[in-house]
Amino acid sequence: MKKAEAIFEILKNKFPDADIQIDSETPTEPIISIPPKRVYDISLFLRDEEGLLFDSLMCLSGVDDANGEKIKQEDDSEIIKGGTLSVYYHLYSVSLKHKVTIKTSADRENPEVDSVEPVWKTADWHEREAYDMFGIIFLNHPNLQRILMPYDWDAGYPLRKDYKNPEFYKGMKVPY
Amino acid sequence: MAIKTEEMVLNMGPQHPSTHGVLRLELILEGELIVDVKPHVGYLHRCFEKHCEAMTYPQVVPYTDRMDYLSSMYNNFGYAVAVERLLGIEVPERVEYIRVIMGELQRIASHLVAIGTYGLDIGAFTPFLYCFRDRERILSLFEMTCGARLLYNYIWVGGLSHDLHPDFVRLTRDFLNDFKPTIKELNNLLSYNKIFIERTANVGVLPLDTAINYGMTGPNLRASGLAFDLRREDPYSIYDRFDFNIPVGEGTHGTVGDCWDRYYVRVLEMYESIRIIEQALDKLPEGDVTSAIPKRIKPPKGTIYTRVENPRGELGYFIISDGSLNPFRVKVRGPSFISLELMGELCKGHLVSDVVAVLGSIDIVLGEVDR
Repeated sequence: MKKAEAIFEILKNKFPDADIQIDSETPTEPIISIPPKRVYDISLFLRDEEGLLFDSLMCLSGVDDANGEKIKQEDDSEIIKGGTLSVYYHLYSVSLKHKVTIKTSADRENPEVDSVEPVWKTADWHEREAYDMFGIIFLNHPNLQRILMPYDWDAGYPLRKDYKNPEFYKGMKVPY
Repeated sequence: MAIKTEEMVLNMGPQHPSTHGVLRLELILEGELIVDVKPHVGYLHRCFEKHCEAMTYPQVVPYTDRMDYLSSMYNNFGYAVAVERLLGIEVPERVEYIRVIMGELQRIASHLVAIGTYGLDIGAFTPFLYCFRDRERILSLFEMTCGARLLYNYIWVGGLSHDLHPDFVRLTRDFLNDFKPTIKELNNLLSYNKIFIERTANVGVLPLDTAINYGMTGPNLRASGLAFDLRREDPYSIYDRFDFNIPVGEGTHGTVGDCWDRYYVRVLEMYESIRIIEQALDKLPEGDVTSAIPKRIKPPKGTIYTRVENPRGELGYFIISDGSLNPFRVKVRGPSFISLELMGELCKGHLVSDVVAVLGSIDIVLGEVDR
């Protein structure tokens, strides 16, 4: 059983060239941040390394950090420029019974993150959901398409903080 | 000249009696054999997560009811545990006991639906009526407590909406005493029925390592032979005070992790839930159930991931608080969503008629898949 701080030290030693941070200030659980293009390597290491063995991905969530510059539109709505979109990975080890939270942040304009689908198969639908809701692109995902929204939805990504309900859908007026 | 053959695509659903909701399965067939199954979901998408961002923390509770509508109590329970951990508050003993009683009653009710409709899918009509007869009594107990039969909005952050009815304890004991013999009856009717076993044993076998890698939890994972139950593994509320077993699949009629095992684990779990309820009723303390409900819920900045053992598996709530009255982000990790992902893997190489057997055995609720 390992604490997040110990896992952070192991990662730091194993991947000295990657920018790995730990945020222990949060009141509930420390979060380890890793760069988006190293997610695959680090995940594979976390899964297979003796003493870590994170064989289960409990949850993968996309988050809109909404930390960019907010620009007011004419109709009083806001759009967000810049800032980041994040992905949180909650990992658990069934055999060693410890858990850890990993986070990665990618640019809002070009949100590309490594897919962990080859590491944990369960990530397939989780990543499709994050793509569907936030437009986060998961590199090397085998089937990255919308899952909950219609396949041909073209009015943006609904869970982004600056999402605006479309007035028309496929040329039809939306009655609300 | 060789005859040209190609795979056939067959749509099952969105309107199909055994899809338990609105689900479309794209079956790719080679004759009668299944090459792949692609589930298409989203027909019931109601933007739960987007709604939450516009609600205050207590206002989210009734929305959680509507995700997995067969285990609404447990959805409330999970959300309450998550927000209480974020706030760092304790709830009174009586509240904890009532929550456990309600949660386990809900588990029995949910498993009864799973078992009954599974029989129905396979072609056994009678057990369905027996299951719904017993479930009806649980729903009456819920109705007596909070006025609703399906969507309860009963377990609130920090407490409960109502105290128990004075007759609740007596009626619950009566129910449990009547219910125990009916499980035996159900076993004779369905579980050990030759036709049922032929249809389910050795079908849709799920090996343990695949199950873990695909994030399977709850009865589906336990049927593959691992005693993994969050009530033990990652205790919340007061589950560490009760004595209960964790039933696992043993491959009695076929291979470990087949449809029959997944079905039978649910039957055995009902016995364990009865044991938990009996222990909780014996120790039920007096007290006020509304005293700890905060007037204003404003958690500190931070994130929390909490998981509880829903009747279908791990129900996780990931909440980000930005220190205001509304949650910044709520993500729900629903067990049905994850289980459905495995359909293709489980059905490969079986016959078309087995799709229904596999789909029924993983026990999904589309309201939660689509949220």
